[in-house]
Amino acid sequence: MNCKKVILELTSYLDGVLDSNMRADLEQHLSKCIDCRLVVDTTRKTIQIFCNSEPIPLPEDVRKRLHTALLERFRCKGKTT
Amino acid sequence: MVLCQMSATGHCAQPPGAPWILSASEPKPLASMIVRDDEAQLVSAAKGGDTAAFEELVNRYERKIFRLGMNITQNREDAEDVMQDAFLKSYQNLDRFQGDSRFYTWLVRIAVNEALMKLRKRRPNQVSLDEPLTDGDGQDSVFREIEDWGPSPEKKFAQTELNEILNNVIGELDPIFRVAFLLRDSEGLSTEETAQILGISVAAVKSRLLRARLKLRQKLNKYFRRSESQ
Repeated sequence: MNCKKVILELTSYLDGVLDSNMRADLEQHLSKCIDCRLVVDTTRKTIQIFCNSEPIPLPEDVRKRLHTALLERFRCKGKTT
Repeated sequence: MVLCQMSATGHCAQPPGAPWILSASEPKPLASMIVRDDEAQLVSAAKGGDTAAFEELVNRYERKIFRLGMNITQNREDAEDVMQDAFLKSYQNLDRFQGDSRFYTWLVRIAVNEALMKLRKRRPNQVSLDEPLTDGDGQDSVFREIEDWGPSPEKKFAQTELNEILNNVIGELDPIFRVAFLLRDSEGLSTEETAQILGISVAAVKSRLLRARLKLRQKLNKYFRRSESQ
């Protein structure tokens, strides 16, 4: 496997859906190629950093407006049915 | 509307063993008592006119839909509109939801469409949902910036600073890559669900996801490389 193929298979590899033969080939390449190893490692960290990032809070005023609009819609639908 | 074939999954929620509202026709579970694993029951109750059941669905997903709206539009007012429109439209069209997908997936599809419409309105000449003509899957530029980030690069920054960095770099992505990344890696949807929400093939999702991940890696490199901290 060459470096270009590693990048093409990167998403499948990181998602754990690469078949076992391809995965073994890719990991063999990684054991010899420091550039690809760094790309794989930093891409994995990129995903982890976003996954672990602090959730965006839902402001209470925004939530209240949503529920007020919903109640209004419930009433309207109730009248028409 | 194309719906995905995934089975319903939920999270944790109300305690089981709920009392049932008995009606002349069939027993209907109280919305507040339906276990969270059973999203389909809530949807069924909401379809039958149980507004408390629909509110339970809203309570369950409002934070996720707001966050998705914020991440796609990068604007609080737009995100509020996206969230509100997604829930109101899903309520209005609940009868058209066939239940052969997760309700959440259907809701996300509505929210993504609303968010992309916001982006198009805001920047009609800048936001295209066509594939940008760039360097293939991005692999040509991958090896230009290869540096070690160390074991915990995010610890270089305070939480608020890190949030700002992540927000900035995701905002710099083309919308089509941004949405693919958010649905797969942030919302945790499957590749198949993402494909159905976006109305594209699984192969196209994989291609967009690869480009999104590589571009984000490249953008984060300037913040996280070891040489920056030493």
